[in-house]
Parts: sequence; structure tokens; C-alpha cells
Amino acid sequence: MARTPAELVGANPGSSFEITMDGRPVTALPGQSVAAALWSAGILAWRTTRNTGRPRGAFCGIGQCYDCLATINGEPNRRACLVPARPGDAITTQEGHGHARLSV
Amino acid sequence: MPASASDPYDLAVIGAGSAGLAGAVTAAGLGLSVVLLDASPQTGGQFYRHPARAIGAARPEALHHDWRAFAELRRRLEESDVSHLAGHHVWAVTKEDGGPWAVHAVTGADGTAERSVRVRARTVLLATGAYERQLPFPGWAVPGVVGAGGAQAMLKSGLVLPGKRVVVAGSGPLLLAVASSLATAGAQVPAVIEASGYLGYARHPRALAANPQKLVEAAVHGAALLRHRVRLRTRSAVTEVHGTDRVEAVTVTRLDRDWRPVRGTGRRIECDALAVGHGLAPQIELATTLGCATRPVAGGTSALALDGLQETSVRGLWAAGETGGIGGAQLARSEGELAGLAAAARLYGHPVHEGRVRELQRRRDRMRAFAEAMALSHAPAAGWTGWLTDDTDVCRCEEVTAKSIREAVTDLGARDAHTVKLLTRAGMGWCQGRMCGAAVACLAAGEAAVEPPAERRPFAVPVPLSALASLDEPTGIRPDASPEL
Ligand SMILES: Cc1cc2nc3c(=O)[nH]c(=O)nc-3n(C[C@H](O)[C@H](O)[C@H](O)COP(=O)(O)OP(=O)(O)OC[C@H]3O[C@@H](n4cnc5c(N)ncnc54)[C@H](O)[C@@H]3O)c2cc1C
Ligand code: FES
Repeated sequence: MARTPAELVGANPGSSFEITMDGRPVTALPGQSVAAALWSAGILAWRTTRNTGRPRGAFCGIGQCYDCLATINGEPNRRACLVPARPGDAITTQEGHGHARLSV
Repeated sequence: MPASASDPYDLAVIGAGSAGLAGAVTAAGLGLSVVLLDASPQTGGQFYRHPARAIGAARPEALHHDWRAFAELRRRLEESDVSHLAGHHVWAVTKEDGGPWAVHAVTGADGTAERSVRVRARTVLLATGAYERQLPFPGWAVPGVVGAGGAQAMLKSGLVLPGKRVVVAGSGPLLLAVASSLATAGAQVPAVIEASGYLGYARHPRALAANPQKLVEAAVHGAALLRHRVRLRTRSAVTEVHGTDRVEAVTVTRLDRDWRPVRGTGRRIECDALAVGHGLAPQIELATTLGCATRPVAGGTSALALDGLQETSVRGLWAAGETGGIGGAQLARSEGELAGLAAAARLYGHPVHEGRVRELQRRRDRMRAFAEAMALSHAPAAGWTGWLTDDTDVCRCEEVTAKSIREAVTDLGARDAHTVKLLTRAGMGWCQGRMCGAAVACLAAGEAAVEPPAERRPFAVPVPLSALASLDEPTGIRPDASPEL
């Protein structure tokens, strides 16, 4: 029986790389979303809510709930469950959520 | 590709899941020029979500049923002339008087690239699938609580689990599939908590008997659950999550027939994550914005109303798969093919493959009957609101509590989700009510019959302002994914 999902599908772990979450190194596999990389490091929250400052992370996993908004390389409001992790990405906790760039 | 660069495509397919893929390859096989748009970088949709090639998975099928059917569709797509536009988030479909359809999309992994493209096509097939329906409960916004389908999606594409010990809860057949994949992938699943029973199925013996594939699936999941010692508790719900920054445990409470929590029956289960969901809701706003007729489905959501050949009430716009009602990947495939045949027949002006059309229609009707029976068995009963506390956030985006919504209903007289939204901001946030819409509609209805929330959103996905600004500019006749900027 597989111990991890990666073992189950026979993934090649050789190609892993590093990103950071608030400065802490996190290992990612190519093609993994930022949210998936964070989950694999046991990190489930990377945003705080605007009104009550409570922690949030990925919920719907498919780009529809917007709970996973993260600041990626300085750019806020990126859906971490959709954006693929790239070597060296710096993820930072996003406080509150602005409607800065989007029209809805 | 259309014959000339200034011609529109014969068919634009939106969504590259089971339905969209089947529609696209069928139409292309009949000689139509087809463009296939999907927000995701890969084909497969929700059911066939899989890791990116770069992960180098030797056995991507290990987490899937019926992978062969997808492999076949993907092969046919690769061998066809279909233009596949991956990473295209469609935000609107429009039509100018008498002209072809225009499909507008923003690009990039999360649709934030400063570029909107427009694709023109004579006919459109809408195959945008579904999203997961949620019912709020105390603590459902604590990190570690994730959608059941969401956990499945993160596992299938990212090969990750939300925790080591994951309770699966909610209602619907998806829970069994999720529990069995989580357990197979190495998570401990102490229990599956189902709010309904499965007895409802027994009331539809004919639909069950006509769908042996479904029984096989259930048996496979059942066997996996037994092997991993997963306990199934029916007529129960998670009524509280313990922990503030992270799930530490959940309380599971028995429900009466009306889904009202039975006092004094709460039991704590230790876990570090909860995967929760109450079935799926059709994702149809691209069509409803165009005025397509809908029909109410069990459990307070709406699906597109379709004719025998999958056409919506708006001529030239077909729909297949979950958009016409939740029914599963196999049904989606049959409907996609049927829609592809129907669009071809319309463009050629004569019927095509009539025998095959009849066979697909029979298959569709059989699977639809089963799906509707199942949806009825798992539809939330009115008593679920009994597990909400005053301070439960109903709307996650805008952090609107059950208390504020109840006040809007009892003190201010709101009777429908739209009025509640105007009074409280529930459903006005980023997700545009996808997560809380069903719940708000229930709370607004009170004792009266629940009106499905109107699935109308001006944009199906958020659009960068720059992309909208560019719409006022004349776009000329640039057919093939012409940049609007
Ligand atoms: C989160 C989730 C998890 C699921 N897990 C399972 C499971 O484990 N087992 C199971 O049997 N069933 C599962 N289902 C149900 C299953 O996915 C469907 O039965 C099946 O995929 C239906 O196929 P479809 O083609 O209708 O839709 P889908 O497969 O959902 O395909 C729809 C496609 O449309 C795309 N799309 C949607 N909107 C847009 C837009 N605006 N612009 C561009 N592209 C768009 C999506 O990216 C997607 O690829 C799940 C559903 C969801 C929502
Ligand atoms: S987890 Fe829902 S949008 Fe990313």
C-alpha cells in the first residue's frame, strides 16, 4: 500500500525544487500548484480575513472559492490553487483582501 | 481551423472535461472546425484531473476509475484539428445581431494576465461542469476544513492531502469516492459521515438496475473503505469543528429525518482535517446571462433546461454534462457526443448518424433517471439550519454570520437570497455566492419553499479592468483567439 500520493502514482521526486513561505523553505514538485506545495509542507493557511483577521487557505481546490488568495512574489490576490509553483517563488501571508485589480 | 483566417469556427466548446472533450472530438470528426477552451492547463475536467506531465507520474491512473475512456478521448483530441486553448478563463459569451457568437476569455493560470482574447464561432457547446455545494456549520472556515471534491482535486492534480487523519462528511455519492481515494493515497479516514441514508436508492429499483456501472463503482468504493477500515455513519453530520488555527477534532451529531440535529447525540472524533461537501451544483452563469431557460433540480439548485438534442432555449447554444444536471462523467461523455452530432447536423442542415443519436439518447435518459433519483436521496432537508450558531459565518468571503442573515429575514423582511445579499453583503464577495448561495436561499426561505438562487453573474470569472476597458475598442474580424488588447 502506498504511503504517499506521490508514491501511489509513481511520481519522479528527482525534479523537486524550493519555494518559500514567509521566508521558510518549502519543497515543490514541478506542476504542483502553490497551494499543493504548501499543503505538502503541512501549511494550510496563508491569508487572514479582512474583517476578523482569521486564517484561511485552500477550500474548494478548483479556483472557485477565492479563499486561497496569496501574495506571490509581491503580487496579491493570486489563487494559490491555480498558480503553478516555480523555483524560487516567494509566497507571503496576505492580510485582508483588496479588490485592487479585478472588477468584481 | 476555419478554412480562412477571417472565418469564425464552426463550434466553440467551453470546458475540456468529459462532456466538452467528447463534443469537440465528435464534431471535429465530422469535419467541423472546432476550438476548445478551458481554464485549466490540461484537459480532463474534474473527474480526470491529473498531475502535470513534469511530475513524471508512472501511474497517473492509480487515482482514477475508467482512465481508459479519458486516454481514448485525449488521443482523439491529439489526432484531430481541434484548436485547444488551455489556460483560457471564459468570462462571457455574446452575440451580435445575426452574427456569430463571440467567446471572451482572460488568460493565465489564474486568469490575471493582462490579455483578453475573443474567439468567434457559429455554434457554442457549454460544458463548464459543476462546483461543489456547501452547507455552513460552526467552524467550517477553520484551516483544515476543505471541500470534499476540493480534497479530491488537490490529490488528483497536486498529489497532496490536507492532513493525516481526515474525516469525510456531507452528503452524496462523491463522499465515498473521496474517502476511498484519500485512504488509498495514505490518509487515515476514521469515518465517512453521510447526512442522508442510502435507503432512498431502494425506492428507485428500476433506475438502479438499469445502471450496473454505478453499482460496480459503489462496490469498488465500498471494498476500498472496508479494506481501510473506514466507518460509514449515515443520518449524521459534523455540527462543529474544534480548533482555531487548525482542525483538531470534529463533533458528529445524529440527525432526524428532517436533518435536525438530535440533542445529546454529539460525539467527538479526533482528526486534523475535514473534507466536506453536499453534492454539486451546475455551473451555468455563462448561459443564464444569455437568458437560457433553467429548471429547478432536487436540493435547491438549477440546471439548464435542454431539448432532446442538448440544445438550450437559445438557438445555437448547446450544453452537455453537469451543466444540464449533475450526472457523472459517463453521462457527460454521452451528452457531449450527442451535442457534437447535433451541432454538426444544424450546420450541415441535415441529420447525421441518426442511429447513434438514438442510442446516445437512450443512454442519456437512463443515466439521467438514475442521477435524479440519487440527487433526491441526498437533497438537504430543511432542518439542517438547526446546526447553525449565531456566530457561524455563512458567507465566507464577506464574513456574514447566520445571525445577520436571520435578522435580515425576520426583522427586515427579506424573503429571497437577492434581498438578503443587498442587506448583508452575503454572496457579494469574490466567489459571487458560489459557496454560500444555496445556504442563503434556505435561510431566506424559512418555512416556505426554497427558491434556487439565480445563477446570474455579470462575469463568469473576475476580469482585469484593463481587459474590460479594451472591449469598447472595435475588434475587427480577427477570428483565431484574436487579442482584444
Ligand atoms: C471539485 C470536484 C471534484 C469531483 N470529484 C469527483 C470524483 O472524485 N468522482 C466522481 O465520480 N466525480 C467527481 N466530480 C464530478 C465529476 O467531475 C463530473 O461528474 C464530471 O467531471 C462531469 O464532466 P463535465 O465535462 O460535465 O464537467 P467537468 O469535468 O467539471 O469539466 C468542466 C470543465 O470546464 C472548465 N470550465 C468551467 N468554467 C469555465 C470557464 N468559465 N472558462 C473556461 N473553462 C471553464 C473547467 O476547468 C473544467 O475543466 C467532481 C466534481 C467537482 C466539482
Ligand atoms: S481553493 Fe478555492 S479558489 Fe483556490
